Amino acid sequence: MIKVENLTKRYAGQPAIRDLNFEVSRGEIMGFLGPNGAGKTTTMRILASFMPPTSGRATIAGFDVFEQSLQARAHLGYMPENVPLYSDMRVTEYLRYRAALKGVQHRRVTERVGDVNELCGLKGVENKLIGALSKGYRQRVGLADALVAEPDLLILDEPTIGLDPNQIRQVRELIKNLGEQHTILLSTHILPEVEMTCSRVIIIHKGRIEACDTPENLLGKIRQAGGVVLEAKVGKDIGADELKKISGVREVITDGEDDWTRFSLRVESGVDVREEVFRLATERHWAVRELTQRRATLEDVFVEITHSDAV
Amino acid sequence: MRKFYALLSREVRSYFHSPIAYIVLIFFLIISGIDFYFQVSFMNQRQAQYTVQEAFFNSVFFWFAFVLIFPLITMRLFAEEFKLGTIEPLTTVPVRDWQVVLAKFFGALAFYVILWIPTLLYFVIFLKVTNEPAAHSVGAYAGSYLMLLLLGMFYLSIGCLTSVLTRNQIIAAIISFCAITLLFFLGLVQFILLDVSSETRDLLGYFSAIEHMGTFSRGVIDTRPIVLYVSMTIVMLTLTHQAFQSRKWRL
Repeated sequence: MIKVENLTKRYAGQPAIRDLNFEVSRGEIMGFLGPNGAGKTTTMRILASFMPPTSGRATIAGFDVFEQSLQARAHLGYMPENVPLYSDMRVTEYLRYRAALKGVQHRRVTERVGDVNELCGLKGVENKLIGALSKGYRQRVGLADALVAEPDLLILDEPTIGLDPNQIRQVRELIKNLGEQHTILLSTHILPEVEMTCSRVIIIHKGRIEACDTPENLLGKIRQAGGVVLEAKVGKDIGADELKKISGVREVITDGEDDWTRFSLRVESGVDVREEVFRLATERHWAVRELTQRRATLEDVFVEITHSDAV
Repeated sequence: MRKFYALLSREVRSYFHSPIAYIVLIFFLIISGIDFYFQVSFMNQRQAQYTVQEAFFNSVFFWFAFVLIFPLITMRLFAEEFKLGTIEPLTTVPVRDWQVVLAKFFGALAFYVILWIPTLLYFVIFLKVTNEPAAHSVGAYAGSYLMLLLLGMFYLSIGCLTSVLTRNQIIAAIISFCAITLLFFLGLVQFILLDVSSETRDLLGYFSAIEHMGTFSRGVIDTRPIVLYVSMTIVMLTLTHQAFQSRKWRL
């Protein structure tokens, strides 16, 4: 469905994305993860034919996004970041306009707009001015717009940004349902969402692809590098020094204000240090109230791969 | 064509969703109303060699209001879309660039035509009240409104060009105002500067909007200004299209 080869984009000499290579097959839900400024929006804009790449090529359903831009765009439903909409139009009016622009047949327009209103939960606000809608509803209008022409491919740039947890859940459910009939490429910061909806994940950092795999595989690569959590009655520094001496422990992070300190240990892959920790604690007579193996999450993968510096 | 029509109807409707359109309409109709009133009053007091309709279309009031409305009509056409980011959903659908550009131009032209329709009423009222036509012939009416259309097309296309070059509506308005005023004054040069040769004067006369309106409103339909304005409009719209296409490389 999407094929990207050596895609590069430079803004005034500075590369935003460099030699990207990836493919998204029909029916996949592909998550695009990356820190801010990594190049997600740039890539999506190039795929949506908003701007041309500096070099390399990208095709959608076999049509080059630059050379055969009109055909490529016809297969696509795009929802830009920050969903720009015309505030002076009403919801249904806007969706009818977008349906006409996308070539939906005249007699099908009313039906499609009705379907999409229902699908995106816009039934109550169909005749409201877009300028009067809350952010959550605006996002839904954007999503409805992307869906109105029944495209094969959906490209959603941060579809849940700025939404409250309820709304995020609703959108997530919606995306999961849509994934059954459409191919979806979505970018997001919200990692649990990716774990739950995406069949594959691309992690992009500073314009390059750092990882491209299923969430399970990615987690598997660092499962052992999860961590161990110990809550013991011992001073922070004393405890940290002792724990660091255990082989396999890479880093100890301490937390806690009263007698009890919470030690988060980052360990090397393949090493289970819980037994060593327990032995240490009993030797030193520390009271222990928690000792767990923390399962790695996609967030760990993300942080490890991108080594995000604080903004 | 359906897509073009969808774009066009959206453009025209969006004019009437914004307060600027109503302000321009009111301002313009007040000034043209006052103009008509003054011309008729003036002619009431002394004999004149020209008709009411000629007086209306060639007066100072007319030209003053006329030159001012164009930046106001066109400034938001592209600049607002760039600023708000709505250019992104517009250019990621299977719609051709020239369809977008022409829809915006014709939307502005439609608004401009709507602006002028009420002035027909002035002549109807005059006819009803005085039982005499305001112009020598139908040709005079046709000529003056045709000139309005031609000038409108040309100045609106200039406005489109300035709007596509910037994200800032005010800058677009100022540049188009300066351009239109300068072009307009090109026609006045022959009256102001006395030490220009007669060849230069003739040359400038070919470009003079004032002179064109003068001849057309007398019912003399000269094809030279028609060719001038139509071709210049096409040039401006082509430039607008080029500038619009080049935005992809101008990020």
